[in-house]
Amino acid sequence: MNETVHDENVGKWTMVIDLDQCTGCQACVTACSMENNVAFVGEADAAYGRGMHWIRVVREWNGEMPDLTADFRPVMCQQCGEAPCEPVCPVFASTKSVPEQINLQVYNRCIGTRYCGNNCPYIARTFNWFDYERPEPLNFQLNPDVTVRSRGVMEKCTFCVQRIRRGEEDANAEGRPVHDGDVTPACAQACPAQAITFGDITDPESRVAKLARSARAERFLEEVGTEPRVIYLKGNGKVVREG
Amino acid sequence: MTAEAKPMALPHTSEEEDPREHLMHDPLPREKMNNMVMEAMTTAPLEYKIVVGILALLVGVCLFGAWGYMTMTGIGLAGVRRPVFWGFFISTFVFWIGISHAGTFVSAILRVFKAEFRRPFTRAAELMTTFGLAAGAMYPLIHLGRVWVFYFMVPYPNQRGLWPNFRSPLVWDFIAITTYLLGSTMYLFMPLLPDLAMARDHSTGWRKFLYRILSLGWRGSETEWRHLRTAIKIFAWAIIPVMFSVHTIVSWDFAVSTTIGWHSTIFGPFFVAGAIFSGVSAVVMVLFIVRSSMVNMKYFIRPEHFDALGKLVLIFSMGWLYFYFNEYMVEWYGGDATSKEVWHYITQGPLSWLWLLMLVCNIAIPWLTLWNKKIRRTPWAMFIITFLVNVGMYIERYLLIPGELARNRIPFDWGDYAPRIEPIIAVGSISLFLLLYAIMSRVIPLIPVWEVQEGQMAHAMKRVGKAKVPVVTETE
Ligand code: SF4
Repeated sequence: MNETVHDENVGKWTMVIDLDQCTGCQACVTACSMENNVAFVGEADAAYGRGMHWIRVVREWNGEMPDLTADFRPVMCQQCGEAPCEPVCPVFASTKSVPEQINLQVYNRCIGTRYCGNNCPYIARTFNWFDYERPEPLNFQLNPDVTVRSRGVMEKCTFCVQRIRRGEEDANAEGRPVHDGDVTPACAQACPAQAITFGDITDPESRVAKLARSARAERFLEEVGTEPRVIYLKGNGKVVREG
Repeated sequence: MTAEAKPMALPHTSEEEDPREHLMHDPLPREKMNNMVMEAMTTAPLEYKIVVGILALLVGVCLFGAWGYMTMTGIGLAGVRRPVFWGFFISTFVFWIGISHAGTFVSAILRVFKAEFRRPFTRAAELMTTFGLAAGAMYPLIHLGRVWVFYFMVPYPNQRGLWPNFRSPLVWDFIAITTYLLGSTMYLFMPLLPDLAMARDHSTGWRKFLYRILSLGWRGSETEWRHLRTAIKIFAWAIIPVMFSVHTIVSWDFAVSTTIGWHSTIFGPFFVAGAIFSGVSAVVMVLFIVRSSMVNMKYFIRPEHFDALGKLVLIFSMGWLYFYFNEYMVEWYGGDATSKEVWHYITQGPLSWLWLLMLVCNIAIPWLTLWNKKIRRTPWAMFIITFLVNVGMYIERYLLIPGELARNRIPFDWGDYAPRIEPIIAVGSISLFLLLYAIMSRVIPLIPVWEVQEGQMAHAMKRVGKAKVPVVTETE
């Protein structure tokens, strides 16, 4: 699977999502919103398509009516090695963090041209159309490790960069390298089906490295050439369902 | 100044035609013509003042009022949503940049090719370039989420060593549009010098003061003329590639992206053809308004000019269709599933009535009417036709931007766009263009008098045997 991927784009941090295990329960969506201070836009705006979730569970329909089955694919920013959002940003607000090999959004630098949003094949980016209120007592659940975004800037999944940094700092303090499992993003932590695995792919013994070697591994919209760092595991052919 | 006289390439004297129908063969004494232009410039009837007042009100309320309100509240007042992050604003931006091509095309390209019919309306067209750019260049600001930090896009030295991203087409845009605005303003100003000097010599009071400053002490000596001609010639050649580059770069905003429907190599010439198509049409509209609202203009702007521009509109309609067909053809042949969805959405989805309207406005109407000389020579008919062409071209941009963004590779994330505050701001920007134009029409001579006079001197009727043949002398 890695043949077409440039060496420097073999990301350190990698996420593996087992689609055959995902039940579409949306727990990851909720956990992500809590962890990352994602705004609640209200019913009307959400219905219009302005929901701000950094991860969403995409339904993929198989078959023809009425014999339909749905596959669930949780999609977030794929942390592309060749990210289409980066070159188009006029001010480097969408930029790559070299040590972590992930794409970051610099909120203070973003001027809100929204070009990156148009150019993202995964539709992973969301925009702060307004300053959204957090009615009491929701303000108490804000995560102090994550910036609260103001209106007019883009945002997206960061692979829970605050947790990555926390894991690295804790390991540093204890004078040891980061072990597999030290860093778990909110979605992976919350998933009851344990469909999401996160870790360092450069460590051949890590769980993600083992899973990435699976014959079921694929990358989403690989043909666009984005070299994403999220790997999906999907059984060949149809998902067989009973009942 | 003089070279050998040669018969005109297209003798427009059929039996029944009087050569005096042509401005170039219907000369007036210089002084009379000067006074006519001065009179047109200084007459401001009550209707004019009312129109200017209404336009100023619209600019205040619809443009700056609505924009200010949106800046205070959030860009969410517009209808944009995921995945349609760009909508009406960017369509209108592309539209205005297209309009701004008119001036350069008419004034520079027709000048370089020595198309004589251009003479009386080069300035009217150049003004459209400047004000079209002014109206268009506001949109990249209007649509920003945080317009108060727009200067992050400007390459200014700063302590943090942060520069704009020169890989981003938006930065190319910024540079291209600035270049074009500065270049076209200078190109507007240079041929204006002799006319400003004429105005200075024919006015009193504040006007005299203003024109004395603006005319830079022009006296009309032979050296001054020689320098002016050289400068105009250099600028006319230099501004043509700038014009092509501007709309090509605007098209790259779309073409370099990964978005299905935008990702196309033909966008550069396609956009330029469309821009000139709508720009030349807009020149016709402006000429009609100028001709019917200002005194003495019927002498300068004649059916022959609508005739010539009508032919250009027809040609560019064909050129535009050629590119549109190519674009369609290649996407269809590619057979990509998402491309098919995009085309299906535009041609058979909820926007299909717009698509059909666009085909009618851009193809059917010009093709059915403009082949007819009578229609081309009827100013009001030309106004309606070119208005519809611009409606069609606007729709084209609308379908291209929010239309094609509405469908993407992930069907789960398809989403339709509907404008909210955007049309109000668009009315404001049209008003701004008209307001600037209306004010300028009373401040600077809208007719390049010296160019008309120069043309009339160069044209003459020559007797060849028994027939009279119009001839033109090469002046440059
Ligand atoms: S929490 Fe796990 S099972 Fe539920 S939708 Fe997310 S990935 Fe699927």
